[in-house]
Amino acid sequence: MRLPEPLRHTWAVASKDLLIEFRSRTAIISAAMFVVLVLLVFTFARDPTAVAAIDLAPSILWVTLTFAAVLALNRAFQLELENQALDGLLLAPIGRSSIYLGKLIANLLFVGTVELIGVPLLALFFNISVWPYAAPLALVIVLATVGFVSVGTLFSAMTVRTRVSELLLAVLVLPFMIPPLMWAARATGPLLAGRPLSDITGWLKMLAAYDIVFVGLALLLFPATVNE
Amino acid sequence: MLLAEQLHHSFGAVKALDGISFSVRPGQTLAIFGPNGAGKTTLLKVLAGLIRPQKGRAHVEGGRRAIGWIGHQAQLYNQLTVRENLRFWASLYDVVPPPELLARLGLEEHADRPVRALSRGLVQRVAIARALVHDPAVLLLDEPFTGLDRTAAETLGRLLAQHADAGGGRATVLVTHNVEEGTGLATDVAFMRAGRFVHFGPRAGRGAQQVSEEYRNAIA
Repeated sequence: MRLPEPLRHTWAVASKDLLIEFRSRTAIISAAMFVVLVLLVFTFARDPTAVAAIDLAPSILWVTLTFAAVLALNRAFQLELENQALDGLLLAPIGRSSIYLGKLIANLLFVGTVELIGVPLLALFFNISVWPYAAPLALVIVLATVGFVSVGTLFSAMTVRTRVSELLLAVLVLPFMIPPLMWAARATGPLLAGRPLSDITGWLKMLAAYDIVFVGLALLLFPATVNE
Repeated sequence: MLLAEQLHHSFGAVKALDGISFSVRPGQTLAIFGPNGAGKTTLLKVLAGLIRPQKGRAHVEGGRRAIGWIGHQAQLYNQLTVRENLRFWASLYDVVPPPELLARLGLEEHADRPVRALSRGLVQRVAIARALVHDPAVLLLDEPFTGLDRTAAETLGRLLAQHADAGGGRATVLVTHNVEEGTGLATDVAFMRAGRFVHFGPRAGRGAQQVSEEYRNAIA
């Protein structure tokens, strides 16, 4: 079965980005190294007698993943500046939304990979059990990741043509990441403490609402950010 | 068929396009010469739909699907091979790369090499292949000879001339500040200064030297 045209274009953009990252592995290695180092620093720096690992782990997990995601998001449109490939994308007869969604999918898979490294490491370093809560924890991670990656992908396009794009992206995107980051940390805490899923449905709903609003807004605003 | 009607566009106080009108028919190759900052690239970007003009209208029959673009930047991904690049760009136009394209451009033996491993001349050939992958009716060329040595520039000129003649003729617009290299390809020439055409007309068999002299007089 042949996919509808916009979906084919979306997948073409996403698979191209993933193939480039698979070849170079520069961003994934930097982001993964960042996660490992930050978690190690927190492991050695914390005083285990002052705060229990279970109380500290959710905040550390989400702060680490957020900054790793910012590192990863920087590369989303940087590779389009090389040889001005972005102009070629904009000239092609494909919708701007296909470009955005392609980038979003590639970034989600990319950040997801970093999270797959980060969560087991957190469990290992902080000696906490995540396996019994894997499914609800995965749901929290997916909802939060879609939220901040959707915003980050938009800002990555917005800042890529500026001289200090890496700094500007962090400055612009971090305030927008605070709500999903906060809600995700609030949802992760009770989960790791063994509380039932019903205790965090409020946070999950807020994360889902954030995702719908910001993916929708990003789709609306993206054409204006890439047009000259 | 390509049509520009009273195009106006400014960047702040700088007028990049100041009332430009012209048309290019299939089989016609218009070479637009002008110094740096004359508005040549802006004009090409407006024709391609990459910039929306503040006034006036640009129309390309067949829309974006009909346009092929070759610039001094190759619009290729360095980490991907030649074949992967062509496959990607073709997929955006819902076509598959024509099997003879690589051979026509002398790229067959380089098809599985990453673009970053190619010389500047070869990269420019891949850029041509990328621009032709969907067999565009209109070709827009932005300083395509920049950075090429004489041999590579001659090869590029020959390939572009072949494409312009193929299939009953394609409309081509070439902008460059290099009159020597651009004249050989042109059926028509225009001289551009400060966002305006100061000359527009058929080349009528004039050689590069004569066009160069007229250009210097017109721009001075």
